[in-house]
Amino acid sequence: MATKAEGIKDPYDLVVLGAGPGGYVAAIRAAQLGLDVACVESQSREGGLGGVCLNWGCIPAKALLESASLARRVKDDAADFGVRISGYELDIGAAVNRSRQVSDRLTKGVKYLFDKNGVMPIFGRGRLAGGMQVEVNLKAGGSSLISARSIIIAVGSRPKTFPGFEFDGERVISSREALELKRLPERILIVGAGSTGMEFADVFNAFGAKVTIVEMLPHVLPTEDEEIAGVVSRSFKKRGVTIKKDTAVKALDKFKTQLNVTVEGPGGDEMIECDLLLMAVGRTPNVEDIGLEGAGVQLDDQGWIKTDEFNRTTADGIYAVGDVAGPPMLAHKGSHEGIVAAEHIAGVAAHPVDRHNIPFCTYCHPEVASLGLTEKQAREDGHDVKVGKFPLSANGRALTAGAPDGMIKIVADAKYGEVLGVHMVGHNVTELIAEAGLGRALESTVEELASTVHAHPTLAESLMEAALATLGRPIHI
Amino acid sequence: MATRVVMSKLSPTMEEGRVLHWLKKEGDPVESGDVLLEVETDKANMEIEAMGSGILRNILVPEDATVPTGTLLGVIASEDEDISAILAEAEAHAAPSEEAAESQKAAGAEAVPAPQPTSPLQTASPAAAAQEQAEPVEEPAAQAPDARRVKASPLARRMAQERGIELRLVGGSGPGGRIIKRDIEAAATGGAPAFKAVSTELGPEPPYERVELSQLRKAIARNLAQSLGPVPHFFLTTEIDMGRVSELRSELNESLEETGLKIGINEILVKIAAQALLEHPSVNVAFAEDHIRRFTRVDIGIAVAIDDGLITPVLRDAAAKGLRQISTESRELIARARAKKLAPEEYQGATFTISNLGMYDIDEFTAVINPPAATILAVGAIREKPVVVNGAIEIRSRMRVTLSCDHRAVDGAMGAEFLATLRRMLENPLHLVL
Repeated sequence: MATKAEGIKDPYDLVVLGAGPGGYVAAIRAAQLGLDVACVESQSREGGLGGVCLNWGCIPAKALLESASLARRVKDDAADFGVRISGYELDIGAAVNRSRQVSDRLTKGVKYLFDKNGVMPIFGRGRLAGGMQVEVNLKAGGSSLISARSIIIAVGSRPKTFPGFEFDGERVISSREALELKRLPERILIVGAGSTGMEFADVFNAFGAKVTIVEMLPHVLPTEDEEIAGVVSRSFKKRGVTIKKDTAVKALDKFKTQLNVTVEGPGGDEMIECDLLLMAVGRTPNVEDIGLEGAGVQLDDQGWIKTDEFNRTTADGIYAVGDVAGPPMLAHKGSHEGIVAAEHIAGVAAHPVDRHNIPFCTYCHPEVASLGLTEKQAREDGHDVKVGKFPLSANGRALTAGAPDGMIKIVADAKYGEVLGVHMVGHNVTELIAEAGLGRALESTVEELASTVHAHPTLAESLMEAALATLGRPIHI
Repeated sequence: MATRVVMSKLSPTMEEGRVLHWLKKEGDPVESGDVLLEVETDKANMEIEAMGSGILRNILVPEDATVPTGTLLGVIASEDEDISAILAEAEAHAAPSEEAAESQKAAGAEAVPAPQPTSPLQTASPAAAAQEQAEPVEEPAAQAPDARRVKASPLARRMAQERGIELRLVGGSGPGGRIIKRDIEAAATGGAPAFKAVSTELGPEPPYERVELSQLRKAIARNLAQSLGPVPHFFLTTEIDMGRVSELRSELNESLEETGLKIGINEILVKIAAQALLEHPSVNVAFAEDHIRRFTRVDIGIAVAIDDGLITPVLRDAAAKGLRQISTESRELIARARAKKLAPEEYQGATFTISNLGMYDIDEFTAVINPPAATILAVGAIREKPVVVNGAIEIRSRMRVTLSCDHRAVDGAMGAEFLATLRRMLENPLHLVL
């Protein structure tokens, strides 16, 4: 029988709830700073750690996208490149297996990092038990009450859906099940054209499914710059993906042989037949049954845990980081918040995460990466905007890679040349956004971006050219 | 059109001024630019000029009276112009302000007007900033090298340059104290931490004779009350052999005889202290509540006794100047200090101060730090005294100096290391030629 009677042991300096990218990074950073840290994780697979990102999110999804990219290159490009391949087959099951191997390797890596830094992993479900105590229902059975001087809540989020579209794990699924498909159905409908929806559309399309994607808002990737999203939209349509914008799902009828989904778009109601329905309409925080109320941890109007710039909640000594502390729900945002919270707890100078310097990446093809304000937002904020664009079709490296689709766009303030936003679409641009991030973090102006010597031939030259374009003097267009 | 003569705010800390004497009488014709009266402010005596021409119709504040800044002192108008409205307005204002003055007197120590925080920003005019930008080579010593040593983002630099904000006076909130956009924005809206007024509780009063405070005495009281109270002082004393400096000084003065220039011990002290501070930037600092300002230039204040108190004219960028220039400049500053003719920017913002009471035969003393600086060096008289050198007693010229440090910004070891360097340099004064 589970009991609390074991008595309270010496408190840990820090107990972290959740070992995702917010929690495990916070735990390691705190241990580096000399704190005695435990990290409670309930959902891990076979002793691994890493949360949704490593297990059912970023990492396996990117592994599948890599398979999709290879499939497309074999199909569309290989012969042009002088590599004739005959008799190849696509096998989504094998692609999924590979993605699991990558995931397993990384989750075990986190366990290794815990050992190396002396973080104590506790496997079980943790819950705030009032005061500075955490009650853990241990995976191995029984429960344990541990005390802490500080607590970081990093319990993440889960996919959400609409009423009438409840997940059944088989035919109405979330990204989590989509990552473990054994075989690919013929017709797939994806609801939501955010980064998750677009990435899965890319994978399913490359593996031969007939994909339809519906989006309520007027353009795909609604948080991205409209012009950038347009490039992706055109590329998808060229490859045979059907995109329905300004369209909402209304009803779902399940039949033995297929699903009928009624949608309402600009042309009125329409019925879409499919075999699999992927709901990619956002995520909801895991705030239930972890003892928030009893501990005095308040939620904001949207249901996220309320935090300040150092990720302190409304309860003394309790912090929250990552998805549970509000959007953007990105692993790197959670990790950085984890570092801020750990450093704040350890009493070293912590620098809050600047929301405008968080990069957003979507790994569909062409890839999309961005940072800061879109052109529209910048104008709405009253900036005197200068835009510089450079098409990848004018970049040597992009042409050698056979990837001329895309552009880099810099949104700058005319007065001081402050870089307000950088928006990219094209081959490997998710690797290019880091330069823009460093530039923003150092408060570089377009002058510095333009005068930095960029190696030739690289895709990164396009960022320099876009900076030059804001100054009215690009060389290569 | 009538012209008002008002008690202008002649320095950033000035809240009231005393009319010393009127140079014009009621009924005198005045031209725009004529000096009308002399005013004593908290730091200097200054002249108020006519801003318009006509007849000085009325003198509203008599000599020796102290009034708050903004008070109407007189009216200039043409002979027949109706100025009754202006006079009525002045009367209406005078009544409450006199009351306020009375209640201030009654309240005693607590009623000392709260010192106005002096802005740490020396805001140059846009024209001056533009000129700097256009001709960076013209003043290499003054601006460019400093600007390069300050850690600041490119964006912050551009904003500061455009807004005429001196970067070295801005605290950086970025990683490693780097100055970033928000610091410039904060500086531009005046982010200086406000000083807290110090209240004093007095016990049962002993009999006393009341002596009115001069403006200068008020300023001294205000500034120094900001020091010993809130500033945790500690003191480090050392004794320095001045034999070689004295010799060097005699030689220098012999060689300079034809030029008429004479180098004093004080000027050598300024020069060497400045060089020692360059080696110990951690002592060339100010504590600014949420950060420490580590100055990248050495501006040395020289405490000067004047009739009614003391003032510290500041020799800017002393480390970059030669002895000859230090000597010329400091003599000129001291002369004007004694004549109470220093402009505020000439006596504010020292990064280090030297107070020498050697001429009063004081062997050693401790000086009170003049905020916002974090250090002050108190210098005693040079004495011939017996000293053990290599096991034998010798007669040597010795001087005792005491460094007062603000412990919030400077620690004992930092101060001691600085003093060790200062002593080494004074005992081996060849550094002067560097």
